[in-house]
Amino acid sequence: MKAKVKVRGLKKSFGENEVLKGIDIDIGEGEVVCVIGPSGSGKSTFLRCLNQLEEITDGQVIVDDFDITDKKTNINKVRENIGMVFQHFNLFPHKTVRENVMLAPVTLKKCSKQEAAEKADSLLKRVGLLDKGDAYPDELSGGQKQRVAIARSLAMDPDIMLFDEPTSALDPEMVGEVLDTMKELAAAGMTMVVVTHEMGFAREVSDRVVFMDGGYIIEQGAPKDVINNPQEERTKDFLSKVL
Amino acid sequence: MDFGRVLKEALPLLLEGLKMTVLIALISIAIGIVLGLISCLFGLSKNKVLKAISAVYIWIIRGTPMIVQAFIVFFAIPQLIQLLNPTFKLDAFTAGIITLSLNVGAYMSEIFRAGIQAVDKGQMEAARSLGLSKTQAMSKIVLPQAFKISIPPIVNQFIITVKDTSILSVIGLAEVVNKAKQYVGKTYQFFATYILVAAFYLIVISILMVVSKFVEKKFSYESESKS
Repeated sequence: MKAKVKVRGLKKSFGENEVLKGIDIDIGEGEVVCVIGPSGSGKSTFLRCLNQLEEITDGQVIVDDFDITDKKTNINKVRENIGMVFQHFNLFPHKTVRENVMLAPVTLKKCSKQEAAEKADSLLKRVGLLDKGDAYPDELSGGQKQRVAIARSLAMDPDIMLFDEPTSALDPEMVGEVLDTMKELAAAGMTMVVVTHEMGFAREVSDRVVFMDGGYIIEQGAPKDVINNPQEERTKDFLSKVL
Repeated sequence: MDFGRVLKEALPLLLEGLKMTVLIALISIAIGIVLGLISCLFGLSKNKVLKAISAVYIWIIRGTPMIVQAFIVFFAIPQLIQLLNPTFKLDAFTAGIITLSLNVGAYMSEIFRAGIQAVDKGQMEAARSLGLSKTQAMSKIVLPQAFKISIPPIVNQFIITVKDTSILSVIGLAEVVNKAKQYVGKTYQFFATYILVAAFYLIVISILMVVSKFVEKKFSYESESKS
C-alpha cells in the first residue's frame, strides 16, 4: 500500500506546553484510521497538523509527496486535496447550504458557477440533503449540518478526509446518520483519519485504530486487537472507561 | 413663544443649517469608514509600527473631547502652520470635516476590530481547510459576518456623528445649531427655535434608524426574510 501521509518525529508545542512529543506514522492510500484517546492526549492537534491548521514545531509531515512543513510548499494547493470536518461543523452561516458547498470550487476557480452548483447538488444528494440546498445552516439540525459539512469538504474532490470528533457535538439520535455517511465514504475508498469517541464506528469501519495518550502514540493495530485485546496498561485503562 | 413667527422667519435659515449638518455628517462618515478600515487593518496586522500608529490614533481621539479637537484643528494647528506660511487659512468647513472624520475613524476602527474578532475562529479554519488563502477567507467568509455583527454599533456611531456635528458650531461652522444661535441672538425666541432644532435632529435620526432596521433585515441569515 502506497503511503498517502507520512509523519516523522512530529512535535507541537503551545508556548511551554508540549502537546505532541514525537509522532511517527504512515497512512496508506484508502486506509481508514481512527485515532482514539483521552481528552488532552493530543489527537485533535495531531489531526490539525496534517493540514497545517496548526503550525508544526518540529518534525515532518508529507502528504501526497508534498512536504507541508516546507515553507516553499503552497499549503493552499495541498489543502484542496485534504477535506476536513470539524466538531462544530463551522458551516458559513451567511451562505445557503448549496453556496456553502459551492464556495471553494467557485472561489478557487476550479469550475464554473453552473458546474459547481450541479456538483453541489449531486453531493447534497449523496448525503441525503438535496431538498435543503436553499436553506441556511441555522435552519438545519446538528446531524444535517454535519452532513452538509461533509458535502462541502468533498466539493474540491479531496482524496484524504480528516474528521475531528465529527459526532461529539451531536444529539445522540443524530450520530447514526453522520456515521452512515462516513461509512459510505470509507466504502468508496476514501483515505480517512478520524478522531473519534465512537468505539462502535472504530471497530466496524476502521482498518487501524491508533491510541494516543500524553502526546505519544501508545498502541496501534487492527481494531479487533487494540479495542478487544489491548496490550498496554494505558490503553486498557482508557478502554475500560469508555466501553 | 411665537411659533408662527419663528416658523416664518427662521425655518429657511434652519433648513440651510440642516443641509450643512447632513452634508458634513455624510462626508465625515464616508471618510471615517475608510479611516476606520485602515486603522483596523493596521491594528490587526503583525507589523508593530502599524499597530502602534493605530493604537496612538485611537488613544488620542478617544482620550480628548471633540470640542478640544475642533479647537486644535481650527485654531491651534493653523497658528503653527502660519509660522511657516503666514497666508495659510483653514475654513470652518474643512476643519469640521477633518475633526469629525478623525473621530468617526477612531470609533469605527474599534467597531470593525470587535466585529472581526467576534467571528468564530472555526470560520477562518473551515475556509482555510478548503484551500482558500487568508485574503480569500477574510473577504468571503470573515468580513461579511463581521459586517453583520457590526451593523448595530455602526448605526449607533452614525447617530452620534450626526449629533456631534452640533459641536462644530463652536468653530463657526454654519450648521443648524449655529444658525439657531444666530437667530435667537437677534430675536430671543429661545423656546420655539430650539424645539424646532431638536425636532430636526429627531427626524434625521429617525430616518437613520428606519434605514438601519431595513439593512439589518436584509443581512439576516434566514431564507424566509430574503425571499
